[in-house]
Amino acid sequence: MINKMLFINIKQFFKKPFTNLFPLAHIPDHLLAVLKRVKSGEVELNPPVPTPEGFRGRIAYDKDKCIGCRLCVRVCPANAISYITEEKKIKVHVDRCCFCAQCTEICPVQCLSMSNEFLLASYNRKEQVVVGNN
Amino acid sequence: MAIGEGKTYTIPIGPVHVGLKEPITAWLQVDGERIVDVRIRPGAIHRGIEYMARERNPIQVIYLAERICGICSFAHIISFVRAVEDAASIPVPPRAKYIRTILLELERIHSHILWAGVACYTFGYDSAFNLGMLLREKVMDVLEAMTGNRVNYGVGTIGGVRRDITPQVAGAIEEMVEYYKREFSYFYNAVTEDPIVKARMRNVGVLSEKDAVRYCAVGPTARASGLRVDLRWSSPYEAYEDLNVEPIVPQDYFGNAQGDVFDRFFVRVMEVYQSLEIIEQCMDGLPEGPIMHEPKPAKLLNLLKTADGVGQSSIEAPRGDDTHVIKLTQAQENVTWWKVRAPTYANAMSWPIMFKDQEIADAPLIINSIDPCISCMERMLIVNEKGSSTVATKEELIRICRDKTRRLMHR
Repeated sequence: MINKMLFINIKQFFKKPFTNLFPLAHIPDHLLAVLKRVKSGEVELNPPVPTPEGFRGRIAYDKDKCIGCRLCVRVCPANAISYITEEKKIKVHVDRCCFCAQCTEICPVQCLSMSNEFLLASYNRKEQVVVGNN
Repeated sequence: MAIGEGKTYTIPIGPVHVGLKEPITAWLQVDGERIVDVRIRPGAIHRGIEYMARERNPIQVIYLAERICGICSFAHIISFVRAVEDAASIPVPPRAKYIRTILLELERIHSHILWAGVACYTFGYDSAFNLGMLLREKVMDVLEAMTGNRVNYGVGTIGGVRRDITPQVAGAIEEMVEYYKREFSYFYNAVTEDPIVKARMRNVGVLSEKDAVRYCAVGPTARASGLRVDLRWSSPYEAYEDLNVEPIVPQDYFGNAQGDVFDRFFVRVMEVYQSLEIIEQCMDGLPEGPIMHEPKPAKLLNLLKTADGVGQSSIEAPRGDDTHVIKLTQAQENVTWWKVRAPTYANAMSWPIMFKDQEIADAPLIINSIDPCISCMERMLIVNEKGSSTVATKEELIRICRDKTRRLMHR
């Protein structure tokens, strides 16, 4: 059946694929070996698509600014923020975070902010905890 | 298999099946290729969301409500926050109402195009499926530019919205409307003019007008059967009060409504055009002003703590009426109880009627034709102390339900 869609499909043969092949064009046999070669500069990674404006990524926490008011703990939907009683500061568990940015909105001193970082998967759970600068 | 001997065989489709997007089981009684009877068995994706809400305050529950469904997430939020606003008597500024309407319509476009593509995929029309996915990418880009996320936008809040429409986003929306007016007809023509598609969808899964009323079908499923039901038209909310939204029914275009899969396809495709029009009207009449009633969340929480009462809200989600009822108690920060009725629950009741005398090969298409969202629907699962699940009878369920109401009344 000949219709407009057929022409669109044929055009696709000559177009560059829309998908951004991140991080590599093909799945490597050994990911860790490739990562080593990336470090030594033999292989180059494809950059990811830039994040849009207003993107909500991994939380950044300015510990010095924090006054320990616990408002963020009260409003977090995922119980991702725990309060450290001795220090009167907080820590954010990014593995539980649902990236709603409600805590950054409620913070009276703006010590929490959303960064653009989004590649958060890791084998180490300690890396998933944001404790702030120091 | 024996045909016409009165002997039937049972074939299960699901809980996990390539033709289904989400887990649900349909036990088909077949006589040869003909489906005689069907039993739908949900229960594979119950998550206890309503229970989880009871240890959270309304602001936290917004994000829980968002995760009821991945596709109609904003519809669930708006229904929830409207119920809270109803219970706590919080007004919404007009600009926020318009932005909510625009987002709801953007979501409807993305849901309907996705469904139309998947429906084509179900009967093997893969090029139309890929074209549908290509078209859908545009509205996803606009949603991403506006909210920062592609699904689960996280922009609704009690008494307004959290993100404003900047001139940049307004430009993106305008461009998107033009793009769809230009490009969407290719998809529509390719599908509706194809004789094979017509043969697969016409007179398949028929739901008559009478049955649609009897089994309380909602949304596009009911409209395809010729019923003029649309909450945007019959009880307008948000900015729909200022707009004139007419329900789309096939008899206005073809003369009569057959209530088959093709009509459901047609209604959804025409609703994409309707949504584009609504977005255009909203962008033209976008009022100036604040976007939140209370910009400080801490103050909002204190305001909600003083609220007492039951709030109710029904809105037209992409699949039909989405109803949320909520109870807030004074001096208690958490939600006392929360009840959700998603549209799929109402539409799933008419599945057995649609399946009658159809072929097994049409079963996945019929299941998909109401655009089921199983995770929205599943609210009830009984697990006894030993850990095995049982199916409760109607009387038992009513008794349990009433007991629970009584318990909560005494709190």
